[in-house]
Formats: sequence, structure tokens, C-alpha cells
Amino acid sequence: MTTIDLPLPGARTGTELVPAVEEGVTQTAKEFTSDQEVRWCPGCGDYAVLKAVQSFLPDLGLRRENIVFVSGIGCSSRFPYYLDTYGMHSIHGRAPSIATGIATAREDLSVWVVTGDGDALSIGGNHLIHALRRNVNMTILLFNNRIYGLTKGQYSPTSEVGKVTKSTPVGSVDHPFNPVSLALGAEATFVARTIDSDRKHLTAVLAAAAAHRGTSFVEIYQNCPIFNDGAFDAIKGMGEHKGEKEHAIIPLTHGQPITFGALDEATGLGDKALVRAASGGVDVADTATVPADAILVHDAHNADPSTAFAISRLTDAGYLNRSPIGIFRQVDRPTYDDQARAQVATATEAVAGQGTPEERLTALINAGDTWTVD
Amino acid sequence: MSQTKQVKQLDRVIIRFAGDSGDGMQLTGDRFTQESAVFGNDLVTLPNFPAEIRAPQGTIPGVSSFQIHFADHDILTAGDRPDVLVAMNPAALKANLADLPKGATIIVDSHDFTKRNLEKAGYATNPLDKLGEVDDPLAGFQVQPVDLTGITVAAVAEFGLSRKDAARAKNMFALGLLSWMYGRPTEPTIAFLERKFAKVADILGANIAAFKAGWNYGETTETFVVQYEIKPAKMRSGTYRNITGNLALSYGLVAAGVRSKLPVFLGSYPITPASDILHELSKHKGFGVTTLQAEDEIAGIGAAIGAAFAGSLGVTTTSGPGIALKSEAIGLAVMTELPLVVINVQRGGPSTGLPTKTEQADLLQAMYGRNGEAPVPIVAPQSPGDCFAAAVEAARIAITYRTPVFLLSDGYLANGSEPWEIPDVADLPLIDADFATGPNHDTGTLDADGNPERDFWPYLRDEETLARPWAVPGTAGLEHRIGGLEKGEGHGNISYDSANHDRMVRIRQEKVDRIADGLPPLEIDDPSGEAKVLVIGWGSTYGPIGAACRRVRRAGHNVAQVHLRHLNPFPKDLGTILKSYDKVLVPEMNLGQLSKMLRAEYLVDAIGYNHVYGLPLKAAELAEAVGALVGEAEGRDVDLGEHGLNPPADHEEAPVK
Repeated sequence: MTTIDLPLPGARTGTELVPAVEEGVTQTAKEFTSDQEVRWCPGCGDYAVLKAVQSFLPDLGLRRENIVFVSGIGCSSRFPYYLDTYGMHSIHGRAPSIATGIATAREDLSVWVVTGDGDALSIGGNHLIHALRRNVNMTILLFNNRIYGLTKGQYSPTSEVGKVTKSTPVGSVDHPFNPVSLALGAEATFVARTIDSDRKHLTAVLAAAAAHRGTSFVEIYQNCPIFNDGAFDAIKGMGEHKGEKEHAIIPLTHGQPITFGALDEATGLGDKALVRAASGGVDVADTATVPADAILVHDAHNADPSTAFAISRLTDAGYLNRSPIGIFRQVDRPTYDDQARAQVATATEAVAGQGTPEERLTALINAGDTWTVD
Repeated sequence: MSQTKQVKQLDRVIIRFAGDSGDGMQLTGDRFTQESAVFGNDLVTLPNFPAEIRAPQGTIPGVSSFQIHFADHDILTAGDRPDVLVAMNPAALKANLADLPKGATIIVDSHDFTKRNLEKAGYATNPLDKLGEVDDPLAGFQVQPVDLTGITVAAVAEFGLSRKDAARAKNMFALGLLSWMYGRPTEPTIAFLERKFAKVADILGANIAAFKAGWNYGETTETFVVQYEIKPAKMRSGTYRNITGNLALSYGLVAAGVRSKLPVFLGSYPITPASDILHELSKHKGFGVTTLQAEDEIAGIGAAIGAAFAGSLGVTTTSGPGIALKSEAIGLAVMTELPLVVINVQRGGPSTGLPTKTEQADLLQAMYGRNGEAPVPIVAPQSPGDCFAAAVEAARIAITYRTPVFLLSDGYLANGSEPWEIPDVADLPLIDADFATGPNHDTGTLDADGNPERDFWPYLRDEETLARPWAVPGTAGLEHRIGGLEKGEGHGNISYDSANHDRMVRIRQEKVDRIADGLPPLEIDDPSGEAKVLVIGWGSTYGPIGAACRRVRRAGHNVAQVHLRHLNPFPKDLGTILKSYDKVLVPEMNLGQLSKMLRAEYLVDAIGYNHVYGLPLKAAELAEAVGALVGEAEGRDVDLGEHGLNPPADHEEAPVK
């Protein structure tokens, strides 16, 4: 078999080819809000994400008509109806494939996928990993509430082992996915995790995801108050976990040493730190007991994803008492859609002098061995 | 030509090349076809090969064959029974012998009739050893054993190939021999070999040498004393080329893109026998065609739907099992009312079924294979070349009516070929994408300047076609959301209102029904106008049905034929036509799917004629069935004589008017 070295389109930002609003024009969250009544349960984490997105989109400075939100099926997948952009509420698990078609067909659109843990990781798992490996220019927001909400409370592919739900009255025996580990394993170029209730962090991650050219994968911890209330209480320092937040969140900031826990004002470091483990993985250590240069410095741009993967494994698979939050990985790789369009553009330019499309079609169907009957 | 050779005139011949999967029989058949096409014969071909890429060598399951029927007149099928069988090994002889009429010529590669190969084919003794004896198993056939392998190896010795590589050129020797026998032009094949093997001089030399050696063997040896002449067919004036269904279909999609001025976007997953369309379209990026080989069937159609939403002509190609996987997404396209062409190159089913064999048993799947009331228009091509026009028609309906459209081809059309009268591009329909450009609905309120305020309703329809507007992202002011949930009439927002649902279900059906308003009347082939029996079909059975009707007419009887391009909706005059005949026969390569639809729609006693052999219907057998029905309708015995199953048979020429 032959392989060809492809010409690689130059590095661009995620929204570079999308028309921007005219200079001086400011957009508001209200303009991005549709006239449809929002119908999530009271207290649902989706409200917070919707508000954050509606507030963030004007900051992108893109023309509203050039933004497309695509979703699958599930509570979170109602999202597109509430935004006054172009949108499609599609079928279960297939949003990444539909978004791939949109993003490949049109370089001038900012494409977003809204999905959930069931939609993206269960029925749509195949499309998710293939979107990530292809690196199609779009942003995937995975709302992870670790439960099936719309079907009223069955365990999901991120639910912890032993979880008692309607479909697992004596406890789930399914081992859960860690979505960030999965995305890294699928060779995603942008992988981040954030939390529905942390508007500032969420917005910062959205901005970085939108700016990234390629598939940006963002896991959003999102509370379901009806079927899985309190799943993220430790991360949020709520309920019986009040005050535990700083020990639960491992904040990831590119170029910074990774520490968490009680903050030492003098050093600016938390009392826990990530260090390289003897196994090659990553361990949590007491900051005080390790030399400063042994503390892992976060490098989201590392071409080798193994350290990012090792960090992702610090997330609890059971009840969530601890999890790294932030941008795990952000690297440049040519996108599928840019390259596919470049091939079409090259071929189109090559035939530019060969007549109208009708003339070229005539030549095509008349090529080869023909004969004429008078 | 040497003086001893005779030349006999024939009006048509059916040849079947058969050998092991690795013997290059498809290539041999394809070259013979091109030679015959260039010569000007009418022709129809039938490739038939195993699903395995390399089935066990020398065995019956590993036999691959290619049949060509060529004639000095207009023909419709690849022929029921070959006049000539070229068998490259014992398995090829055994697998095909039952299809031959008595008197047929059999040319065998005697070199391959070894003990081992005979055993693999299940022969206890070598049938070639008993030629002319009392217990000759091939008695009644004209058997010509030729050491094809041995002569080929000797003929290409100068190129210094390994024995194995040298022996591989034996298919070109066979082609050369047959080309001599039937007076085929050799230039196209030599030019073809020069292109194909341009970079490997020794292989090129060996193939040309083997081809010429085959020709010379026919001309100079005493083995073959007769050369046959089949004059060019009288065909309608025009420019022709030979074309397979999959190629014609691919060109049709390119043409639909050109005539609609839309970029074509194919989302597809490889599957036999549809993959060739993906391969072909991937070559036409210069026409703005994008092809995406998706991770699975569902993603293939998903990407096509996404591209359609974004303003492309979305296309997905597959075969039956793939349609099963795409069904939910087709329902989404029905609900979102986006243009989409869904191509099903049908193969034998159910499940994985017979991947390389033909069948037309997915009609009801296309018609009803979705949840809910989900009407999808269906069009079907009737011959390989007709796949071009059918693809353009599918795209026209999809774009005009904003709907997914099924195009039902099949394995026979896909790989079979025929001379195709190349259309004038200017005669192809222009398809207007008619994108929405501005608001379409009065809100009932006034703006600050006192003018009526207008907004955009994505489900406000064209009054005539009921098509909804196609507003593509990037169009300011037309931002809207669509999806799989039920839409409120007009505004298109989610609606769970029961009366609205009932109305929307009816509107979606009505929209598809109204496609019939724009369809031309059906063509009825009833030369005498006195037929009491109508034979009606769809898809690739056109050829066998047409040939069967001609046989019945040549025997002096009356029969009418109608063939359907549109299966959903049916053309408006179909009901009247069906009711104007006493008997209606519906031949299909399934257990009666169109007949079921006709019965349901028109309450006619449609009689099925159904075979699912994985091969086209046989014209002679079908003619007998038609004849019997004509007899029943007319209250008398009908004997088709030589035009039915009795020898010499196999004439498809239309009766002289």
C-alpha cells in the first residue's frame, strides 16, 4: 500500500475561518437566547451550563448565524433549542457524526456538540472516539451526571460500581469509563474537565476549547438533582463534604506545579502535590516531604499523552472524592476537515481551466472507449 | 486468415468465462465486453463471483464467472444459457455444466485437469478421458480441450517470468482465442494492457504475447475450424460507451451536483456491492465532491445529514444490512425534512446473506422499515446504464421536496454492464436548491417604523409541493433549530400537541404523495393493444421481463409490459392501467413485495412470479409463466414452442412488426 505525505494546512485557531461580527458590535447573552421555555428539572446543573454558554458566546465575537449546536438524545441534548443559533437535536449518540458532516462541509461554521455520559459514551461511543481521532474542528461538551436522567434513573457508563439504580437494584457490576482517560486514549488533541457550578472555570475552559483547532473535548461534571443528587458534592464542597473542596479538586494549569489541598500562602502551593511514581505513573505526595523540583509541572502541550493519562487516572472510579480539573492536553494536529477540504480545493483548482462544470461532466461521461452510431 | 477456416454468421452468442477466483475471469470478461462494445454489438453482462477474496483454490465455492451476451440486435438480458463455456479448471466445468444447453461449446484448460484438481472439484475420474466414449459425461457438448497453461507458458518464455507468473497470463491466451473466434477487435485490449502494466515491462510483454498467442492459436491450428461473425447491432443514433451500474450511478450523483450547483457530500461505510460508488466518487473532488469513509454505517448517514443541513447534496451508499443500521437516521431525515439520497445496492439477505449475489428483497424495508409513519420516496433503475438517470431523479426529488429518497439498485445492476447512450448534459434536469434567503412569516406585530415584523418559520411550506424552506447555517436572521421531536406545524418548535401530531403525520405523507403530481405517465409496452395480461416489474428485472414478453409475442401472443421507476409514490395512472388488464403478473427477485404493495394500494389480484437464486430471472422460464397466464386469461392453451424452454430458444429479438 502507498502512503502519501499530505501538505499540512498551517496552524489556525478554532474559529479563524468563521465570520466575526463587525468591529464595534457587541452581542449580548439575550441575543443568543431563543424564545423557547427551558424545561429542565428545577436545580438541574444544565441551567448553569446554559447560562454560562449564553454569556460566553457573545465573547467569541462570531456571527450568530455561523454557529451550530448539535446534540443527541438525553436531558442535556435539549440544549440547542434554548440557543438562538442554528441547531440540530438529533438522534441518540450520533451528534458527533452529524457535526462531522457539518464541520467538513463548511469551514465557516463554529460547530458545537452537546452530549451526555449515556449519549456520548454508551450508545454513541464509537462516534465519539472517531471524532476525536479524526480531530474534526468542533467542540464537544460532555455533560457527565453519572446517571441516565431522561429515562428516569438507570446507571450510566460513568456510574460507579455497586450503584443502586432502577435497573440495578442490588448494585451495578459495570466498570465505569473515565471520560478524560478515554478521550486521551482516542488521541484527542484537546481534553479538559470542568464543573457546572464553577462559572469562571467553565467559561475559561470553553474559551480555550473554542480557540483550539481540532476536536476539543470538555467533560463537565453536572449534578442531576433528581436521580443522582450529590454525585459531585465532594468536588463542590457541598453537603456532608463541606470544606473538602480544596482536597477534592486537583487544579491543572499549564506551566504550573500541580498541587492542591490547604494552601501555603508563602509558597503558593497546596499541601498535596503530584509526583512521578516509581511505576511511571503519578502519585499524590505531601508537598512538605518532597523536593520542589520533584513536583510535577503541568505540561498540557506535551506531545506524549502518557503523563496526562496518568493524571487522569487520579479520578475516583467510585464515589467522586477527588478529581483533576482543567485542561489535560492541548496539542496541534492537522484537522480532518481542513485536510479533506484542502484535497477538494486542490482538485478543484487543478481543473479550473478545463471548462464549466457542465463541460467537464460531458468530458467525464464521454471518457474511455466510446463509439458513435449514426 | 488461413484458407481452411469457415466464417459463420450468428445473430447472438452467450459466452461464460469461468475459472478460479484468482484466474482473472472478471478481467477477461470485462475486456471481451469492451471489445464487443467497441465493435458495436448490443450486449449485457453478468459477473458472478464468490464473497471470499480468495476462496480455496480449485474448489467449486472458489469459482468466479463472467457471462456476456452480445448480439447484432437489441437484447435485454445476459442470457439464460451460455452457448460457450470457457472453463479454466475442473471446478469451473462442474459448477457451470448444468447451465449449458445441449450442443454448447466447452473450451477447457486440459492442463488444470490434474488428479488433485479433479478431486477438489469432486470428480472421481477425468471427464476429458472419456470424450467420445459410450459413457462420456460430456456427450452432447462440443468439448475442446486445450492446454491453455502449457501453451501460454511456452508463449511467454522469452520474458523470463517464474512459471507461476507465466501461467497467470493464461486468461489473456483464452481472451485472445475467443477474440479470434468471434472476430473481436484486438486494439482496445492491447491499449488497455499497455496502460495497466505500463510500469512492469515483463508482465506487459507476457500478457500481450499470451493474448496474441491465443488469437494465433485459433487462426492457425486445426482445433478451431469455424470463426463466427456477429454484426454490429442497429442501435439508436448517439454516442455509446459500455458502463456498469455502479459507475453510472456515481456519474449520476456527480451530474446531480453539477445540475443543482450543490457540493456533493458522500458519507459511506464500505460494503459489498456498494463500495465501488465510494471509490468512484472519491476520484471526483474536482467536481467539489467530498467523500467521507465513516466509522460505521450510522456515521456515514449522520455525516451526510449534517452536510445536508449545512447545504450540501447529502448522499449515503450501502447495501441492505447497512440500511438496517441507518434506519433511525433516515427517520431523522424524514422528521427534519432535509434532502438526502440513500442508495441501497441490494444483495441477497437476510442478515449478511449473499453479499456478492443479487436480490430485490429490500423494497418493503425501504417502504416501511422505520418506526412511526415515515414515508420515504423510492426510485429504482432498470438497467446498468439507467442507474445514471435514476440517481439524478433521486436527487431531484430529494432537493425539490426536502426529503430523504431511496435509490434501490442491486448487485446485478451494480456489476453488470451494457452499452449506454451517453446523454447530453444540457438535457439533464436543472435542480433548484432554492435556499431560503429571508424571513417568510408575518409575526402580526409592527416594528418601530410601523412595518409588519417578519420572522422565519422553518416548517412553513410551499403550497404546491409542501416542501419546507432549506435555510442553511450562515444565513443571518434564519437561525432555527430542527430535530427528531415532533414539530409544531409552521413554526417548527417542539410540539406534543396530539392534534398537531396527527396533522403533521398526514402532511409528511401528503408531501410524498404529491411527488406523483410531477411524474410523467407510465409507458405501456403493449404493441398489439389487445393484451389481456400485464407484466409489471421494477428494478433490474426489466431485462428478463422484457425478454420474456418478446418471446411470448414472437410465439404469436399478446402481452403488455410496464416497468416502474417510482415505487413510492406510485405514478397516478398506475391504478387505471392495472385495472384495464384481466391478469397482472409481478415477477420479482423476492417473495412478492411489489405485488403486496399493488394489492394493498389498488385491490388488484397481482400474481407473483418469484425467484431468489441470487441471480437474475431467466427469460425463458419467465416466458413460460407469462405464456401460461396468457392462456388462462384467454381461455386456451398457449405453447411457446422454441420461444419458451424448448430449443433452440434464447432469442430475445423483438418480433417483426
